[in-house]
Amino acid sequence: MSQTIIWTIVILTVLGLLLSLVLYLVAQRFKVVEDPRIDEVEKVMPGANCGGCGFAGCRAFAEAAVRAPNLDNNYCPVGGNEVMGKVAAILGYEVKAKAPEVAVVRCNGTCSVRPRTSNYDGYPSCKVKAALYTGDTGCSFGCLGCGDCVEACQFGAISMNPETGLPVVDEAKCTACGACSRACPKGLIEIRPKGPRGMRVWVSCRNQDKGPAAKKACASACIGCGICAKTCTHDAIVVENNIAYIDPAKCKLCRECEAMCPTGAIHGINFPKPLDKEGIKARVQERQKKAREAAAAAAAKPSEETNEKEDK
Amino acid sequence: MAKRTFSIGGVHPHDSKISRSCAIEPLAIPQTVYISVAQHIGAPAKPVVAVGDKVKVGEVLAEPGGFVSAFIHSSVSGTVKSIAPRADLAGNPQMTIEIAVEGDEWAEGIDTSDTLVTEIPEDGKQILEKIRLGGVVGLGGATFPTHVKLSPPPGSKCEMLIINGCECEPYLTSDFRTLLEKGEQVVVGAALIKQVLGGVPCTIGIEENKPEAIAHINEVIEKLKKVSPKYEGISVLSLKKRYPQGGEKQLIDAVMHRQVPSGGLPISVGAVVQNVATALAVYDAVQKNKPIVDNSVTVTGECFPAQANLLVRVGTPLRFIIDSLGGVPENAVKIISGGPMMGKAVANLDAATLKGTSALLFLTAEQTARKAPSACIRCGRCAEACPMGLEPFLLNRLWKAGDNEKLEANAVADCIECGCCLYSCPANIPLLDMIRMAKADVMKIIRARAAAAKAAAEATKK
Repeated sequence: MSQTIIWTIVILTVLGLLLSLVLYLVAQRFKVVEDPRIDEVEKVMPGANCGGCGFAGCRAFAEAAVRAPNLDNNYCPVGGNEVMGKVAAILGYEVKAKAPEVAVVRCNGTCSVRPRTSNYDGYPSCKVKAALYTGDTGCSFGCLGCGDCVEACQFGAISMNPETGLPVVDEAKCTACGACSRACPKGLIEIRPKGPRGMRVWVSCRNQDKGPAAKKACASACIGCGICAKTCTHDAIVVENNIAYIDPAKCKLCRECEAMCPTGAIHGINFPKPLDKEGIKARVQERQKKAREAAAAAAAKPSEETNEKEDK
Repeated sequence: MAKRTFSIGGVHPHDSKISRSCAIEPLAIPQTVYISVAQHIGAPAKPVVAVGDKVKVGEVLAEPGGFVSAFIHSSVSGTVKSIAPRADLAGNPQMTIEIAVEGDEWAEGIDTSDTLVTEIPEDGKQILEKIRLGGVVGLGGATFPTHVKLSPPPGSKCEMLIINGCECEPYLTSDFRTLLEKGEQVVVGAALIKQVLGGVPCTIGIEENKPEAIAHINEVIEKLKKVSPKYEGISVLSLKKRYPQGGEKQLIDAVMHRQVPSGGLPISVGAVVQNVATALAVYDAVQKNKPIVDNSVTVTGECFPAQANLLVRVGTPLRFIIDSLGGVPENAVKIISGGPMMGKAVANLDAATLKGTSALLFLTAEQTARKAPSACIRCGRCAEACPMGLEPFLLNRLWKAGDNEKLEANAVADCIECGCCLYSCPANIPLLDMIRMAKADVMKIIRARAAAAKAAAEATKK
């Protein structure tokens, strides 16, 4: 009896040792060499797997970051500078601090200014709706209001405002991952720099129709009149395809364009003081008047030839 | 013997052909027509007129913009007012030629008399050229240029011409009225197409709910057979009523018992299908030199008091048609261009008719209201109803998961968007909406891959 037990123990022990040797050899032979830093980087990532960086999740980002020669093209918008600092420390790279960004909705066609031309009763999805027709208002560029962006946001940072019918971004929660921007079939959501203390000015419209058509469809549409571009002293505004765009890199937040916009399509938020529309208007008009006078004076001085040119 | 029909799927919606007894009447010509240059599948036509030009009915306004494209002719006489983008019925801008109507003067060479021309020319090429010049496109819904369809690629052989007189969509009656009132012209048109295809046998498929049309066309064929031997081999086949029998692939299955392989064209099983209205357009183009300048449109709906089948000039604003029949009924909440199953909701009444416009249908809130979707109970009714043998419940799930590879493997590109799955789903799941999205995405991938392969092949050649 005791012999059976002893033999069993011996056989199983030998067998175990043999098999562990096999396992060890196989493990050595087929070893996958992985940079241990990938795990380290992954650990400091937010772990949302949102894809905001352009990679399929945080692990894929970590792999790419480790492989890359620098971090110029790899940036986690969710973790921001803090996480990127940690990643850089692990990898021994330098990281350029990036200005924090936020999702900005470029449509301000609320229910009151953008009259409905039809009622949509199909499946409530912007993508489905956009494939069927241009939308239930006269504006074929504006928000469709079915909330694909709300569904796409993994951070609960976007909600639909039932009064305006437009999405609202909660700045505190928004990580600028860009999921909403990709979900919007009309391309209305832009990831823009948050601005100093959150102050920013942008054109909240993407209507590329000509002025009268745009105005007819929506009272607060950008009509491409170009007043903002003429007003701006920082060369930050371009009007292309009947739509103005403010370059956030050049904008100095003077809010002159916002005050001068005839339809109110330019929005500024998080400013400490409310917009002094009349004051700014008077200031701008005074400046433009002076500039005209100066130009006229300059034109009057030289020869008549230039005068003629001016007339033309 | 049991009546023939297609072998898989299909549904039986009530046919609601309430305008079936209304004869086709010509509608007055509006003061302005808006003729789009994108009235067919393929490249939009290129305008050849300029603002201020005087045009007559039947004169060319735009030339084909590619191989798969068609001529566009003026449907009225008058002055070209503008050539600019204009919103179509979905609100999308389409290049449109606006013509202010002055009188009704037809271009020279067009025979506007009612005399029936029964002689079939010997030369198929000549017929085909006339079809091309007449701007004839498939009027069954897809508006595929007819001359392209009638030029089978080398190596493929047509064995049968099928004329589609099913009109399986509920409410629509324009094809039915055309068969009854212009049966002779349709049969001559069929004989012309048959001649182009080398004298293959021709079957005119008509659903059993149109017995008058079946009897009439049989009579017409007997009469014409005495006139010329060219009419031998044309026959009528009465088909069981079932939606979507008018689908090209379904009709081939019903008539020839052959199934078009996944991704294949009808010609791969030796069939060419043309609609009744297309056959009439072919007759007009070849025998009368008359291009497509008008088409018949059914205006109907339970809530619409004036049922009508109208002969409408191409480019007539929808609002003009509706106003001439007493305006939009108060309880109508939705206007559909086409049938209730596959038609498109009209968002813009200022849009104008196209060659392929077949109907304007008014529906009430009760008729169109969607019920709230609930969870899939895996009953499999959608898979049973799908005439293409797809599994809509699976495609819906794959689309939600974003799995384009599996969507392609499960032949989402074969979907004909007939709506049988949505119609039969007891859980009211918007299957068609989802599958249409999925199909669009997968088609984009397939096209991109084909373009890349083509570019690579060209690169290696060099």
